[in-house]
Amino acid sequence: MNGLTSFFQTTGEILRLFLESIYWSKSAWRSRDKVFMQMMEIGNNTLPVAALISLFIGGVLALQSGPQLAQFGIEENIGGIVGLSMVKELGPVMASILVTGRVGSAMTAEIGSMSVYDEIDALRTMDINPVRFLVMPRFLASFLTLPFLVIYMDIIGWFGGAVVSAVNPDIHVSFSVYYRNLSELVDFSDVVNGLVKAMVFGIVVSVVCCYVGLKTKGGPREIGTSVTKAVVLSFILILIFDYYITRLLMLVGLD
Amino acid sequence: MAIRTEEKESVATSKPLFKYREARPVGVRIVNLNKSFGDNHVLRDLNLEILPGETLVILGKSGSGKSVLLRHIVGLEKPDSGKILINGEDINEARSKRKYVIAMVFQSSALFNSLTVEENVALYLREHGIVKDEDAIKKIVGSVLSVVGLEGKEKVMPSELSGGMKKRVAIARALAMNPDLILFDEPTAELDPMMTRTIGDVIKNLRRHFEVTQVVVTHDVDLAFYIADRIAVLSDGKIVEVGTPEEVRKSENPVVKGFINTRFE
Repeated sequence: MNGLTSFFQTTGEILRLFLESIYWSKSAWRSRDKVFMQMMEIGNNTLPVAALISLFIGGVLALQSGPQLAQFGIEENIGGIVGLSMVKELGPVMASILVTGRVGSAMTAEIGSMSVYDEIDALRTMDINPVRFLVMPRFLASFLTLPFLVIYMDIIGWFGGAVVSAVNPDIHVSFSVYYRNLSELVDFSDVVNGLVKAMVFGIVVSVVCCYVGLKTKGGPREIGTSVTKAVVLSFILILIFDYYITRLLMLVGLD
Repeated sequence: MAIRTEEKESVATSKPLFKYREARPVGVRIVNLNKSFGDNHVLRDLNLEILPGETLVILGKSGSGKSVLLRHIVGLEKPDSGKILINGEDINEARSKRKYVIAMVFQSSALFNSLTVEENVALYLREHGIVKDEDAIKKIVGSVLSVVGLEGKEKVMPSELSGGMKKRVAIARALAMNPDLILFDEPTAELDPMMTRTIGDVIKNLRRHFEVTQVVVTHDVDLAFYIADRIAVLSDGKIVEVGTPEEVRKSENPVVKGFINTRFE
């Protein structure tokens, strides 16, 4: 099979898995325990590391842009710059990359291992649809949880920026000035912008990672290869989708 | 034979069994089945009839196509040509309208590691909502676990079980479906002789409790002669001999003789 055929086949299969996941979402209530468990894994268990990285992202944003603004005497605008950067871009992208690395890789490893050790076939022989049983709970959990994780990371990122702006002598912007400027510049549509991205990235991460897991064949070595493949493919797709969603949101006036 | 009936310890129970349906053993007819993977022609115009209620053992060396044949019967593989008829119905047509239940015990056991033994065994019943009452599910699980000699292991995780116990849980999971046809793929692979005997006893005794057709794929000659009503010998993708254990033992076919008489001197 040449590269182009393989590309179209993979794209088609990922799209089909996405549509099947939407279809099987009708059974979400029956699988609520599994969905909830996945939500806890994606959301609750990611909170500490999400807090840590968003704190430093906010901090480094302030550290790099603050002194530049101060040179022109407009350092009081630092709150808006950090705020907008976090809600529209860095919050959703970093949250998705974090979830891909922490949870998406585990999805691929778990489903890949089930595929290698006949468990997926065992489900089929019991007339249990693997998409309903395995993919749909992860799909729904990612879709629903990632926006909350983004809001959480945004808030902590803002705080990180505020701390650096206040304590760094080259910036020296108080908390009240920082947050006033942030609230003036960041409006509701900017937050929605980030949340739309988060939902789409949640879908991308879950569908891609589950797809690669389901396609795993061979042994333990192939499970490792699949995990790498799923993570790299998710990262690439997140960044590509990020560009096109931004363009789309600009067209509909949400940017 | 390595398996001596007088030494066997029964792992089957005399307790009453709880079932959610009455099974009716099915007959299977395989007609001119062909399957290739790339250049490898695995099954070649294979014909075989499996009678309702019998235990048929498909015997053959590794790589002869036994597992591929089993995967076709359960519907995990589609044939390149030919048909598999169960009670006269093509299995690849109207899957949703099937009136029979097929269960399969995989060589790897294929237990779900994140679920307990009880959850593994009850998975089919819960996922299909066949039995709603949790007490009834627990009774079914308890009774099938007692058939395979694993009473009281409900709360154990698969990772805590030995290979032989995993195989027995897989058999219990298949029995909980109360199937009309049960397929065993190399049920004693990688097991020690004692555990092989235990699994052999479980399979042999199943029909004391369940009305079921059994198809067992193995390369273990002793096991085959111990449990089979009939034996089919598969070689290079074709059935080269079918008959009762006695008939197969007396076969003049050189492939069959070569296979069943190979022993360390």
